[in-house]
Amino acid sequence: MILEGAAVVIRQDNVDTDVLYPGSYLNIADPEQMKPYLFEGLDPSLRDQLGGPTILVVGENFGTGSSREHVPHAMLAWGIRCVLGKSFARIFYRNCINLGLPAIVCPEAVEAAEPGVTVRIDTDTGAVQVGDATFRAAPLPPFMRDMLASGGLVDWARRRLAEAG
Amino acid sequence: MPHTLAEKILLAHSDVADLAPGDIVMVRCDLVMANDVSGPVAFRMMEKMGASTVFDPTKIVMVADHFAPAKDARSADLQRQLKEWSDRHGVTYYGQGRGGIEHTVLVEDGWIVPGTVIAGGDSHTCTYGALGAFGSGLGSTDIAACLVFGSFWQTVPATIEVTFTGAKRPFVTGKDLILAVIDAIGVGGGTNTVLEFVGPGAAALTIDERLAVANMAVEAGAETGLFPADEVTAAYLAGRTDRPWQPERSDPDASFARRVRIDLDGVPPLIALPHSPGNVVPVAEAAGRKIDQVYIGNCANGTMTDLRQAASILAGNRVHPDVRAIIVPASQKVYREALAEGLIDQFVAAGAIVSTPTCGACFGGHMGVLAAGERAVATTNRNFKGRMGSADAEVYLANAYVAAAAAVAGEIIDPSAVAEGVPA
Repeated sequence: MILEGAAVVIRQDNVDTDVLYPGSYLNIADPEQMKPYLFEGLDPSLRDQLGGPTILVVGENFGTGSSREHVPHAMLAWGIRCVLGKSFARIFYRNCINLGLPAIVCPEAVEAAEPGVTVRIDTDTGAVQVGDATFRAAPLPPFMRDMLASGGLVDWARRRLAEAG
Repeated sequence: MPHTLAEKILLAHSDVADLAPGDIVMVRCDLVMANDVSGPVAFRMMEKMGASTVFDPTKIVMVADHFAPAKDARSADLQRQLKEWSDRHGVTYYGQGRGGIEHTVLVEDGWIVPGTVIAGGDSHTCTYGALGAFGSGLGSTDIAACLVFGSFWQTVPATIEVTFTGAKRPFVTGKDLILAVIDAIGVGGGTNTVLEFVGPGAAALTIDERLAVANMAVEAGAETGLFPADEVTAAYLAGRTDRPWQPERSDPDASFARRVRIDLDGVPPLIALPHSPGNVVPVAEAAGRKIDQVYIGNCANGTMTDLRQAASILAGNRVHPDVRAIIVPASQKVYREALAEGLIDQFVAAGAIVSTPTCGACFGGHMGVLAAGERAVATTNRNFKGRMGSADAEVYLANAYVAAAAAVAGEIIDPSAVAEGVPA
């Protein structure tokens, strides 16, 4: 799978899901309605960079804290194609994969990315192109590649239910 | 092949012949839990999966706790969805006034026994590790798949062995032990691992204190945190559950990613400064900072143990006139026990606010959120920017002695300075 978009960069490490999507908006269940609150506690002006195809570039332990799936739901609703990070907190990482939003670990590419630069990621080979430079991410395990290729856990489940008849 | 406790539990709940850290396996759940925030989103994803039935209604529990009692029409609708779905599928539903905070309720009602796997739509599902159970905090889509298939994918984690030696000092509780662990390994130090708590200092902890420790394993980035079941566990479970269980622990020659030793003789009461559970310092170093609110409650520290600790400090004292003290028993059972012991009357007489069990202001939902510029001491588990309300508020995490002492003094203070004659 090839993913391409303009980099939206969050440099800080340990960015938690509370600042990515504050708790007072957790009583919203429709992803479209979640969009206005993404990044609300971090930097609401980051939303001005969203709308087109984008790649979110993040630091260490990104998405730490609450299991709120509202974060990747809102990211997908905004058209974010992939999250490229130095490392991810476990539940955020799971949520991304489950929703079909690739989360790729490649610290060198993160260091190289400036806001607005075109980032191109091949999830099969692990090649990450940032502007003119190419980096190599560890390829995803086959299980996760399958999950992402089928669009996430929902479609994976649909297939499994269909096979079971 | 020797295994850690976490590996043994996962092996017993998967179809593989053997497993090792890094393997991806499908793990069977003994219990699936969700709440009024994670549940309704999970139900929608389940519909998208094209599924209309659950894998086993006797292994599913729904708890209305986050926005309960409903703070507005939208929250009320989420709780209605939770109840209607539970009724339709015949699963256990803890509604308002019937349970309390999910993790406390599931533990006290005997749903959790050692060696089991619990998939929970809440990151603090790791709390069940207090009883030696593998609690995995999951998002709503994961929970949807668990409701349908009764299993989730899991990358087998390595284990960090955390050994507590020595004995706790006065006014030190389970909260301080886990803050010391997070201080030692960092908020990302447990990534891709399970924390296993052992040693004489771990064995000496009550279940309430083990709950406080296991609860914040996720704040170190860990998959979960485990106390191997022992006689303390057995005594707690006796008469509480008829579910079968066997004590299990890591093999002596099991391989650990890392070993961490914390000598309790050297741990004073601790406090996590804003805006990270990893900003840990001794309470004495933060002393003198004026506060606006104290919050004693949540899934980490809203137990009878915590309420008794708070009461011991508040005895003969009053809440400082510039402070709001909000006390939230974590469950209806805790609430009634506190009533019977006279603690609730004591809190109210001292000028505190006692609330019905709820997740409430811990996550900035309702029932005590903070204004810009305000500062709170809370027994909760997260102090991220904006966590309890305004992004310009500050939250300090500490144990119930420290929180109650701050409520009396109007500032952060070493509890020994407030509590003359309190047996710690």
